[in-house]
Amino acid sequence: MFAWLKKPACETQITHGQRLWLYVLAVIIMVLLVTPTLIVIPMSFSDSQYLEFPPRVWSLRWYEHYVTSPEWMLATWTSLKAAFLTMLVATPVGVLAAYGLHASQVRFVRATFLFLITPMMVPLVLVAIGVFYVYAQIGILYTLFGLVLAHSILALPLVVIVIGSALKSYDMSQENAARSLGAPRWKAFVTITLPQIRFAVVTAALLAFLTSFDEVVVAMFVSGGDNPTLTRNMFNALRDQIDPTIAAISTIMICVTTFMMVLAQIFGQQRAQKD
Amino acid sequence: MQATPANAAGLRVDEKLERMKLFGLSSPALLLVLIILVIPVGWLFFVSFLGGDGQFSLENYQRMVARKSYMRIFRTTFEVSVITTGLCILIGYPLAYFLSQVPPRIANLCMITVLLPFWTSLLVRTYAWLVLLQKQGLINDWAIGLGLWDEPIKMVHNMTGTLIGMVHIMLPFLILPVYGSMKAIDRDYVKAAANLGASPRRAFWDVFFPLTMPGLFAGTLMVFILCLGFFVTPAVLGGGKVIMVSMKIVSNIELFVSWGAASALGVVLLGLTFAILWVASRFLKLDQIAGGGH
Repeated sequence: MFAWLKKPACETQITHGQRLWLYVLAVIIMVLLVTPTLIVIPMSFSDSQYLEFPPRVWSLRWYEHYVTSPEWMLATWTSLKAAFLTMLVATPVGVLAAYGLHASQVRFVRATFLFLITPMMVPLVLVAIGVFYVYAQIGILYTLFGLVLAHSILALPLVVIVIGSALKSYDMSQENAARSLGAPRWKAFVTITLPQIRFAVVTAALLAFLTSFDEVVVAMFVSGGDNPTLTRNMFNALRDQIDPTIAAISTIMICVTTFMMVLAQIFGQQRAQKD
Repeated sequence: MQATPANAAGLRVDEKLERMKLFGLSSPALLLVLIILVIPVGWLFFVSFLGGDGQFSLENYQRMVARKSYMRIFRTTFEVSVITTGLCILIGYPLAYFLSQVPPRIANLCMITVLLPFWTSLLVRTYAWLVLLQKQGLINDWAIGLGLWDEPIKMVHNMTGTLIGMVHIMLPFLILPVYGSMKAIDRDYVKAAANLGASPRRAFWDVFFPLTMPGLFAGTLMVFILCLGFFVTPAVLGGGKVIMVSMKIVSNIELFVSWGAASALGVVLLGLTFAILWVASRFLKLDQIAGGGH
């Protein structure tokens, strides 16, 4: 039963037995990575004011509280709308930019690429207060439009990076072949290139959606009034006290992201099989 | 068919035009970043140099140097960032190594444990730690039940809680690039080292480890930069005891409506971030870091 411990673990003479500490350590780290998030799920079904694990009395009262609360419902709608619209803005804009940069090969492509990914490097708080001031001046504070624009620049770098790396492994001469046969460039792109990078496009779109859906700091400043986001309300609630309703909302959010992740994995797998 | 010189010149102009047209496709993205990022941040830069009377002045920056409280905030920010980054390396590197050594089937399965938190909302994860670490929380309950300690220990609303939460949130940003660089290593190198008589330890430290440096460097940089500007986790888990630069910026706006002080802090934070990136870019291509993060 323990014979495998004596077997070599890799190219060096080390055995599995000598590596046991690494395996144990890795399992502990992996458990620590996953459980804190997952433990919220059973806790959200507790009947108690104080989150218990395991719950002594199971109930759906926190879910009921969430679903029947107009504030939480409004916030959920705002978050979903903002995330969806951010996806619709950031994905095409990012795909166009990544394609343009990849195909043009001009000298300042690298500089432009770095400029487009700066939103990733600038501290979020700075973006938040800057945008807050400018929006207040031009009167689009607390509007869905403003929120979507701000979230779009945060999602843009991810889209540009994902599509850019997909284009790097794509053979542009296929598009040139289509063009030499008389297809205009846009048609060559839509019919030849786009179908081949579609998995990257889907991944980028999912990332854009999640970026907006999970974003807290910018939403804290720019959303509000008739359009507060879920994260903004959650953050404000966390500052005050530990409201068990948040556990219910967290559970729902974990389900949404897990669903998205599974989707992305399925698309990724298809891409891997295709290669 | 040979192109005449005149023809060739014409073709070159055409090509240049075509390239510029293609480059133009990135203009919506450029415009978006310009309007939503560069203009607001540029405006903050401008405001940071305005005094209370609306004239040009350095008072916002002078205050930062003169007041001890500001210095303390910068020190806290650096402390939290350095400790978090260090812990991430200590915890993340072995896990990445483990993932790179086990068969791909197991590695893919274990990878879920890294990707799941990576994709889960930051706020949800912070909340989970708040619930777990509080005085009547699960960890205190279990530890007392097991007899590890007798009284509930305060693990949240202080530095401990902040660090635990930050490390948990930053770990995937370190593990993913390190794992990537480990997977790219040709295993024959290690085999060759073993063949030539190197002990497993020597083969690891002399051959394997140096080859993982680019990934480790990229991950470390990413984590450190993210830590410097972090807001949500220290704000929730620090309970007002751990004040980082980003939190001071927010409270300057929310409580004191002091744009000058807030933007000066922001400019310094941005300057620090870009300075670190600039130094790092001399050793590593920046687009590599961006590619490594996701």
